Amino acid sequence: MKTYEPIIGMEIHVELKTRSKMFCSCSADWFGKKPNTHTCPVCLGLPGALPVPNKIAIEWSIKLGLALNCKIPSFSKFDRKNYFYPDLPKGYQISQYDQPFAINGNLKKVGIRRVHLEEDTGKLIHQGDSTLIDFNRSGVPLVEIVTEPDIHSSEDAKAFLQELHRIIRYLDISDADMEKGSMRLEPNISVGTGEVPDYKVEVKNINSFNFVKKAIDYEIARHKEILEKGQVPVQETRGWDEKKAITYSQRLKEKAHDYRYFPEPDIPPLIFKEKEIKRAKDQLPKLPGDKRRELKELGLKDDDIEIIIDDIATLNFFEQALNVVRLSGNREISAQEIANWLVNKKINIDKQNPKDLIMAIIAKKQNSQISSDIVSKAIDKVISANQKAIDDYNGGKTGVIMFLVGQVMGATKGKGDAQEIRKLLEKKLTYG
Amino acid sequence: MSENSLTKDEVKHIAKLANLPVTEEEIIKFQKQLSETVDYIKTLSSVATQGVEPTSQVTGLKNVTRTDEPAPSQTQEEALSNAKNTHNGFIKVKAIFNEQT
Ligand SMILES: [Zn+2]
Repeated sequence: MKTYEPIIGMEIHVELKTRSKMFCSCSADWFGKKPNTHTCPVCLGLPGALPVPNKIAIEWSIKLGLALNCKIPSFSKFDRKNYFYPDLPKGYQISQYDQPFAINGNLKKVGIRRVHLEEDTGKLIHQGDSTLIDFNRSGVPLVEIVTEPDIHSSEDAKAFLQELHRIIRYLDISDADMEKGSMRLEPNISVGTGEVPDYKVEVKNINSFNFVKKAIDYEIARHKEILEKGQVPVQETRGWDEKKAITYSQRLKEKAHDYRYFPEPDIPPLIFKEKEIKRAKDQLPKLPGDKRRELKELGLKDDDIEIIIDDIATLNFFEQALNVVRLSGNREISAQEIANWLVNKKINIDKQNPKDLIMAIIAKKQNSQISSDIVSKAIDKVISANQKAIDDYNGGKTGVIMFLVGQVMGATKGKGDAQEIRKLLEKKLTYG
Repeated sequence: MSENSLTKDEVKHIAKLANLPVTEEEIIKFQKQLSETVDYIKTLSSVATQGVEPTSQVTGLKNVTRTDEPAPSQTQEEALSNAKNTHNGFIKVKAIFNEQT
């Protein structure tokens, strides 16, 4: 029996949420807009147009690189990646080839090979014997993150992607909304049998973490079956069919990626001083890893921590609620208590504010205090009014307890919990 | 004939990358023309470049960027004005499928 080791790398594309496009001033807010209303000579690739890079997009790419523990080279440049396809009006995409903004990082023990900046393509709609083109998305800043093939299971791939997604949301540089395609996932997979495999299969454009996991599992099983027969899986690009939960060959002839990269002559190089990079690093916001540690120090349960830090809106809400408590000097509400309320979704963070949550917690506490007072008074009353039943109980007819519970429930008009009342009654009757 | 002639296959490959249909006669014609062009570029090899820093820029400019301010775009009409075929605000081309390239 051979042992099989899955070897997985990831390529992730993330659309930045800048206001304008990467190389021109057209609005980058393309989603759901009328076709071809967000274009100009630059993003339509008309002759003579001059692309000028968006400063914020560059800063955000570097921020992301730093958050992924990358090295930021002092010299960087853009290149032209040439290919002929109608989603690109220029016949090339402005991208970065050999000198990207960030290199050699790591996240969750996965090496980050590079983080580079490029422009998104237009959108194509295939319709019968024609293809319709909308260039609104053409030229929107797109960051590509490439990992080393350091991932060895679909679970780890999913966990890696989720952490990357969180980091992007914490940095506030993209919606990273997979439904809208602003974060696109492409795993490459091979299965090794001791030596390094000499093929890899790329699955294109998957738009959910669960689908990535399923696609990887599907591929691993498929490769094993082929390897079992002494054959080697074909190196190719495959698509993901989410309805059938399978991958399928896109029958691309394996083109020797003949992109003929060359330096973009229209854009001068980008040169960063060490102190600029250091300043950017110092200005990074707290990231999921930092928040995990902070919440742990507050004594929160690990499962709750993961739920709270998963979504930055929930985290912000939690921290604000905690702050409300601190400022009020209230010592009765613990961090874990706030977490419980949030995790059990007893409050809608979109509709209520952190103060509401704290008020709700305080009200609940007071209520339960009040109701326990009422219950205890009712128990005393019922005991003194039902001497016969008490005698029966003490005489061994313990079944009579349910009658007494009923009496208490009646007296409190349903306040309090029957089980709780029974316990209290038994305690009182036994110990006085 | 130039000293480093491109092969016919190379010419076909270049044409394919540019999505240009070429006839047999054109291949022969371009084989000659492209080879001459490549030879001409080779003139650069005669320049002594020892000790010269490699660069892809000659302007001496660096860090030319713009602030992230959106400005009005062209109208849809203007955007489509050079397109041969349009449909409902889209540019329309013959069907292109990834699968078939
Ligand atoms: Zn534009």
